[in-house]
Amino acid sequence: MSDRTQTLDTPPVITRKKSDKQLNVARLLLEGRAFIALLVIIATFSFLSPNYFTGANFLTMASHVAIFGLPAIGMLLVILNGGIDLSVGSTLGLAGVMAGFMMQGINLEALGVVLYLPVWAVAILTLVVGALVGLVNGVLIAWFRVPAFVATLGTMYVARGIALLITNGLTYNKLSGSDALGNTGFDWLGFNRIFNVPVGVLVLGVVALACGFLLSRSAFGRWLYASGGNERAADLSGVPVKRIKISVYVLSGVCAALAGLVLSSQLTSAGPTAGTTYELTAIAAVVIGGAALTGGRGNVRGTLLGAFVIGFLSDGLVIIGVSAYWQTVFTGAVIVLAVLLNTLQYGRRAR
Amino acid sequence: MKPFNVNPALLKGEVILQARNVSKIYGSTHALKGVNFEIRRGEVTTLFGENGAGKSTLMKILSGVITPTTGEILLHGEEKTFRSATEARDCGISIIHQELNLAPNMNVRDNIFMGREIMKPGGVDYAEEARVTAHLMAALEEEIDPLTPVENLRLGQQQIVEIARALSVNSQILIMDEPTSALSAAEVAVLFQVIRDLTSQGVAIVYISHHLEEALEITDRAVVLRDGVMTAYAKRDEIDLDWIVRNMVGDHFDLGSPPQGYDFGLPALTVQDLTLKSKTGIRLVDNLSLAVQAGEIVCIYGLMGAGRTELLECIAGRLHQSSGHILLQDTEISSLNISQRIEIGLALVPEDRQRDGLVQTMSVGENLSLASIGDFVRGLVLSRSREKQLVNDSIRNVTVKTAGGEAAIGSLSGGNQQKVVIGKMLATRPKVILLDEPSRGIDIGAKAEVFRLLAENAKKGLAVVYTTSEVGECLSIAHRIVVMSKGRISAIFDASVSKERIMAASGESLVA
Repeated sequence: MSDRTQTLDTPPVITRKKSDKQLNVARLLLEGRAFIALLVIIATFSFLSPNYFTGANFLTMASHVAIFGLPAIGMLLVILNGGIDLSVGSTLGLAGVMAGFMMQGINLEALGVVLYLPVWAVAILTLVVGALVGLVNGVLIAWFRVPAFVATLGTMYVARGIALLITNGLTYNKLSGSDALGNTGFDWLGFNRIFNVPVGVLVLGVVALACGFLLSRSAFGRWLYASGGNERAADLSGVPVKRIKISVYVLSGVCAALAGLVLSSQLTSAGPTAGTTYELTAIAAVVIGGAALTGGRGNVRGTLLGAFVIGFLSDGLVIIGVSAYWQTVFTGAVIVLAVLLNTLQYGRRAR
Repeated sequence: MKPFNVNPALLKGEVILQARNVSKIYGSTHALKGVNFEIRRGEVTTLFGENGAGKSTLMKILSGVITPTTGEILLHGEEKTFRSATEARDCGISIIHQELNLAPNMNVRDNIFMGREIMKPGGVDYAEEARVTAHLMAALEEEIDPLTPVENLRLGQQQIVEIARALSVNSQILIMDEPTSALSAAEVAVLFQVIRDLTSQGVAIVYISHHLEEALEITDRAVVLRDGVMTAYAKRDEIDLDWIVRNMVGDHFDLGSPPQGYDFGLPALTVQDLTLKSKTGIRLVDNLSLAVQAGEIVCIYGLMGAGRTELLECIAGRLHQSSGHILLQDTEISSLNISQRIEIGLALVPEDRQRDGLVQTMSVGENLSLASIGDFVRGLVLSRSREKQLVNDSIRNVTVKTAGGEAAIGSLSGGNQQKVVIGKMLATRPKVILLDEPSRGIDIGAKAEVFRLLAENAKKGLAVVYTTSEVGECLSIAHRIVVMSKGRISAIFDASVSKERIMAASGESLVA
């Protein structure tokens, strides 16, 4: 009997292989669209401006990309899970403010001392702040079943409000520390270069590699793809879906805080309104990178490409002197185009 | 709305709508194979068949919800292609779907006139709509205020609203797909009176029900479908219950026999006084006790709503019991979560493969290995070689026909997808496997393979519990057949029982 079903089931396998070959070229163009877009952008601006295609410019642009590339990677994890994190821009701003606050010295009135933490401790505590914002998001969404959009919308306002409260609306400007207190070096993240590459870009690279590894080689990654693709099936297969859900928001918060550190270090100042609307740029990068907003599809490579598309496009427009208003229009058009192509790629497969 | 005023006396029995040689193919499954079907004016035609026989598919074709792959539909003898349900409705065909299609947030009046509101200059004529609604409710002897939100009605009343909506269209053909599943006996009696009134006015009714006795009471003609093929057709006075059951079930494809030649082991799964209540306090599983030994295969049979799915989901940890105990071997597992239960050897293959079983965005291999990732993680890293080995072993063990572990899960046929879900859970090396309707939506050859696979694993000491709503599948590999009705066990049989006795115990018919 098994012979009978064997013959019954063989034909579809053969036809599948044939159609695969026919689709290959179109597939490749569709799936490599972010990369192609990036090449087109580089070629166009190199043609329009002699200053664009230089090593120095690429590094400058890359350090701009790092600022929203980091939250975009965190956003990717959230979107793979089928959620959304609107609080990353505010978390970025809050993280910068927290770092600035700590660099000014923490006045412990009860003890009558002002505590100056070393820079590494400031950095770690700042990341903890980001993780805490993410934890609040994750717990609200996973345990209390608040829709991700609403929960992170709320924390977006709260985090921004706290940043404004701490600074009273002003900006911390003295972030360089002093030798006497032993807390110099905050500008290392933003200004220093290793092998001539800005540290911010290297941070982005390291985070991207780590997340890439997490997604493709760890059980966590597999669980994340599974619970984003079909949460009920993942749950019934013993995947700890709630833990995964909380983890992605925590990681997103950490990524945003990291970006906040890099940004305030680059600017050597920390303002409460830093990072406003960066959550939208991050979402755009993830979408341009081919991830599905419904969850389960997407990867770090795509998201990085998406971030570079946005960054190289807007910097290019600045270089050739196009008005900032037009930049907004172009970025919007690119996002819509990316979503259209996403529908083309995933929409037809749906029943 | 066009009126369909004809002299009913003259034309009773005339064929209005006809399906000729209609087939429907979904992917690799043939839901209907060359079916011919007629609907006659002023008569009730009942469609009998087990789950998956193609009844609903045929009705959806006749009402324009889906289009047939091949074959034609003739309305008044003329060929007709319905592009949508609205188009069919405009031709006087309306359908009451098995599942309710109401907007729970809106009131009865607005639900009944949804999409075809009565207009007057300046907007919707709510007063007229409310008047018609009240009239319909009176005809159905139901005291429902037209302004009640549908979510405040109990399920049976919601079904009445659904029926009222179909009646309000003034159709010449009314298709009722399981209209009585949530109705009380009194409500059924009223519905039947309404059906008689309609037929005397010349309306043609197509009726589908699992309650065979009930259907026999109202029908004029009977049509039986089995595995997408029409197997019998007769007038009411030529048939009885036995005839229906015989033609529905048929001489089933050999689904195997209970594996013999070994002794059962110790009790693998013990359920004691298990009760599960719904949010509204209804007992979905009612004080149920059951013990399954290692190597034993138990089949749970019951109608829709008998509590089979709830029982299995409760054992697996998806739903939380109100009271009672669940033991796996000697371990109480009531307080464990799903993954802990999988860890100690309890696996569930859920009823709805697409919704609960598979991750469509992942490959065949990733789906197969999903539940047993712990087995091939070294430190933080998944061992690809060990995963590949596990995937290849699973593909061989459960005989999945696939181009390989990397193939998209959607490229597989329903039967092979089901084998992937089963293979995924078998890879966790369970002591007890629960399968909720493992044969749903798969063809007969794949069914036989799934059952053979379960029998083989039972011989190796696995305790198997599967549910089914097809009586033919009870009498295959199961050593013991448990019939459930209203959350309780209504009967337990051994493998020598007859189909009729199983159906009787489920409350499906009144033949005792």
